[in-house]
Amino acid sequence: MKTVAIIDYGMCNLDSVGRAVEKCGGKYLKTRNPKDLYNTDGIILPGVGSFSEAMAELKKRSFIPIIQNLVLVEKLSFLGICLGMHLMADKGYEGGETTGLGLIPGTVERLCPDSENTRIPHIGWNEIQLKKETKLFQGIKDRADFYFVHSYQYVCDECYIIGKTPYCGSFNSVIGNENSYGVQFHPEKSLRFGLQIITNFLKLC
Amino acid sequence: MLKVRIIPTLLYKNFGLVKGISFDSWRRVGSLLQAIRVYEIREVDELIFLDITATLEDRRPDFELVDDFADECFMPLTVGGGIQTIDDVQQLLEVGADKISINSQAVYNPALIDTVAKRFGSQCVVVSIDVRNNANGGYGVYTHSGTKPAGIGPVLAAKRAEELGAGEILLTSIDNDGTLSGYDIELVRQVCSAVHIPVIASGGAGTYEHMFEALDRGKASAVAAASIFHFTQHTPIEAKKYLKKKGIPVRL
Repeated sequence: MKTVAIIDYGMCNLDSVGRAVEKCGGKYLKTRNPKDLYNTDGIILPGVGSFSEAMAELKKRSFIPIIQNLVLVEKLSFLGICLGMHLMADKGYEGGETTGLGLIPGTVERLCPDSENTRIPHIGWNEIQLKKETKLFQGIKDRADFYFVHSYQYVCDECYIIGKTPYCGSFNSVIGNENSYGVQFHPEKSLRFGLQIITNFLKLC
Repeated sequence: MLKVRIIPTLLYKNFGLVKGISFDSWRRVGSLLQAIRVYEIREVDELIFLDITATLEDRRPDFELVDDFADECFMPLTVGGGIQTIDDVQQLLEVGADKISINSQAVYNPALIDTVAKRFGSQCVVVSIDVRNNANGGYGVYTHSGTKPAGIGPVLAAKRAEELGAGEILLTSIDNDGTLSGYDIELVRQVCSAVHIPVIASGGAGTYEHMFEALDRGKASAVAAASIFHFTQHTPIEAKKYLKKKGIPVRL
């Protein structure tokens, strides 16, 4: 059985992510201690909150260099969810310009309404248009709906984009680079297809 | 395309789920866990859980209770009732709420909206606005489960909430609540056209056509409903099939 570490930086709903991991046949270790990351098969960075506050919390708990080493050098599987995805970027602009983890080159910027009727935050179920094949989406049809709740988006080079979602034009909803993935939606809150994403991630670990 | 949401509302009072008419005449409608399990199987878009007596009884949210039922919830969950401080919010998020709903404190301590939005992000802050018709034909906001007039209108209340960082408005017509007679479309329309954040219309759904009206004419981003699901044969999935036929984007 695979054990994944769920990083606890004191500002989000870790329980639902943990329970989703269990439901998908994995074990999870909720941790505030970066040393715990060495004993797991993969890392999930969940997220509710603002970019700058979250980075400050990760820094306070000394997570940053250890995550960077494990993901970029040791190639441990990594999944960032929502704000957790954003934190993978080089830089974020939520709550002032802040340096991110730098796991996948990119920046995090506010969604920009493309019409008078577009409301921000983007809240609700929307589709993923897959741009390339990925094991993370094995068994999930193209244009399946997932649950989103966010005001910011990950801007990055085409080569890292796995899926896009039509809102405010179109934004990057799934990104990946080798062993690391980021999803803008909440798999732990997206019912069947969401749990399939967690199952697939556990297989990748 | 972003889909509209059909959101069952679960009202909690004295250990069980209830549903009333115009925030009164509460009837018991069964056990909380059972209801959540059913909605989980039916794969509903989202759930709203409100502890309607917490503020009246000056209680804090029941974190243990939320912790228990959030176990069963692999869909988005908004929790409200009794939230007074940022610590309450943090604890609710930790036990499994995805969004929190602030009603009375949005009026009496609006700075809380700002504090929560800055720390946890706007996307998790729902400001719930309960509205009654005034004698002079206008609208007034009420707090404490509809018992205390706030001395402000819904449009101004919604605009203020948006300015302070709310991510969503849950807009309930107390007069229409539980009557199955339809949403107050004029109220929904007024508030939706005043803000740029999503608005959930609530109070009065009795048919699928009522939901269509709130979305189509009212311009709501989502509709919440309780009585129609508790007391009639209507289901969220049938609602969505109906809406799809009428050209509204839904998740089926």
